[in-house]
Amino acid sequence: MSDHEYVPASKFGKWFNDRLPLLSLASHLTDYPTPKNLNYWWTFGGILTFCLITQIVTGLTLAMHYIAHADLAFESVEHIMRDVNYGWLIRYIHANGASMFFLAVYIHIFRSLFYGSYKSPREIIWIIGIIIYLLMMAAAFMGYVLPWGQMSFWGATVITNLFSAIPLVGEGIVNWLWGGYSVDNPTLTRFFTLHYLIPFLILGLVVLHIWALHIPGNNNPVGIDVKKPSKDTVPFHPYIVIKDAFALLMFTIVFAFFVFYSPNILGHADNYIEANPMVTPAHIVPEWYLLPFYAILRSVPDKLMGVVAMLSAILILAALPWLDTSKIRSAVFRPLYKQFYWILVVDVLVLGYVGAMPAEGLYLLIARVATAYYFIHFLIILPVLGFKEKTIPLPLSITEPVLGGMPMASAVKKKESLN
Amino acid sequence: MKNILKISYLIIFLLAGTLTVNSAEKVDLLKTDWSFKGLFGKFDRGSLQRGYQVYTEVCASCHSMKYVSYRNLFEPGGPEFTKDQAKAIAAGFEVTDGPNSDGEMFVRPAKLSDKFVMPFANVKAAQAANGGAYPPDMSVLAKARSGGVDYIYSVLLGYEDPPSGVTLEDGVYYNKYMYGNNIKMSEPLSDGLVEYSDGTTASKEQMAKDVTTFLMWAAEPHLEARHKMGFRAILYLIILTILVYFSMKKIWSRIESEV
Repeated sequence: MSDHEYVPASKFGKWFNDRLPLLSLASHLTDYPTPKNLNYWWTFGGILTFCLITQIVTGLTLAMHYIAHADLAFESVEHIMRDVNYGWLIRYIHANGASMFFLAVYIHIFRSLFYGSYKSPREIIWIIGIIIYLLMMAAAFMGYVLPWGQMSFWGATVITNLFSAIPLVGEGIVNWLWGGYSVDNPTLTRFFTLHYLIPFLILGLVVLHIWALHIPGNNNPVGIDVKKPSKDTVPFHPYIVIKDAFALLMFTIVFAFFVFYSPNILGHADNYIEANPMVTPAHIVPEWYLLPFYAILRSVPDKLMGVVAMLSAILILAALPWLDTSKIRSAVFRPLYKQFYWILVVDVLVLGYVGAMPAEGLYLLIARVATAYYFIHFLIILPVLGFKEKTIPLPLSITEPVLGGMPMASAVKKKESLN
Repeated sequence: MKNILKISYLIIFLLAGTLTVNSAEKVDLLKTDWSFKGLFGKFDRGSLQRGYQVYTEVCASCHSMKYVSYRNLFEPGGPEFTKDQAKAIAAGFEVTDGPNSDGEMFVRPAKLSDKFVMPFANVKAAQAANGGAYPPDMSVLAKARSGGVDYIYSVLLGYEDPPSGVTLEDGVYYNKYMYGNNIKMSEPLSDGLVEYSDGTTASKEQMAKDVTTFLMWAAEPHLEARHKMGFRAILYLIILTILVYFSMKKIWSRIESEV
């Protein structure tokens, strides 16, 4: 992995390292050559690792006090909030942590889209990332069910019912998922089990994600390959570590603001009403981070096709390295792609907005147009753009403009002003 | 640094978007100044104690508060009655306990460790006594309605004669702020309904404000601790961020590159 062989200084270290090369791994991680022009959009990988660990630690603590039973779950959450020492803090970190996790993952994904980080030779990193994202959605959805409030119950009912759209076996699958004929105690206990399991699957995949990253090394804002190690790279420690730490701290300030001052603003008030199978809430809406996909689901009149569209919207991302035919990675050198990129960002935000609105009238129309555009972006615009677009010439190295006496930022700005 | 700004803008933009989405359905609720809002927000002790009085004399005949214990009444951050006062309050209620050594259930006065005694044995009994409508448990009510305390305050003061053309069924009342405008609870408050022991005039607005404050505390008993810790945590994080920022500058200056 790293280019030089690491030899421990001490005799014991050498003895140990010959049997289990942990020290070599540590050495690789600290020396890992990283392009020195990475900007702050690249700090979200570290932030996401922090989010995952925070969720696991707070989640373990909550699991010690939570009771996964339809009659006791809601009460046990109130017990955590009132009687467990700092239970309110742990629960609010966990609940808002999910939102922060998704905020970070969306920035991480859109960074990848902007700088073409999914392209060769990083396709496997990207696909593992998509699997992580899917698992995150599953974990978040099931976690939202656990407090057994009204939104928990009805959200679970709506989402599990989607499987009934599958021809022939749909109903059977739904009953199998529920463990009965409606969302009830068996559903809650299995969701709890899976909610406990999935984060560890994610953790394993994160290791693979980082491993796969360390083969080609990081992409960078210029999007060209860098020689490693060279004058274009810096060792991960201390340069990237301190920069990630700074960005992470900025992130935790936002995080803390939510936890301490608006802990319920990202949730839905109805989830403080205990689940009641006899009363359906006026609007059943998922958490904000699932809204774009919810909008896609509802924009298709047919239930089965709606489910297919929603799943395709996520799975299409896995095919992105092959749908994007352009060899140029960074949008900085792709004037047309850059414009389409921002249209896509707006499109997804619009989908998120209409996802929170009732699916009728103008909202439904907007949802349909935005859904259609989402697929057009990936299936038509990206493949065609690779052939048609006139790109800006790439520099020979990421330091080239610097050596030419021009700081990087202004060089990029100049290139931008050319469009 | 420029990127940091961009990222911050994006985060703020996204969050602002979420907030507008969440608040899109609200009607204009009545506003009052809540002492517990803001960075240093704290409950007004007097208001909490008066609010408890309104709750127990007015609301509690129908509305349970099953997650709150009598001991909470003297714990810090709440109404902060004295322990003896809380004991006396508890002793005024009866709970069924048991079985004792003879295998019999027995009735005893409530203790500090007991949860608030419910006015009805169960949901069905509550519905039977209230024309089919279940008076919701008030433990987390302030968090269980969009609009929160403003909504509850508004509903308490939102009783009106129905506009012409609107006919109401028997036992249904018109409320300007209630979802759907129909409410099965008759107007609970009227001027001078309770007699405050601290001499505060028991106007309708005053009682609505006090009881809503009490409900907020019941829903979020650790709110004061949260605000206090939040300020310290964020201050700590800001200072640490500044220190790390300068460390970063120092470290990166070795290779003369922009961070």
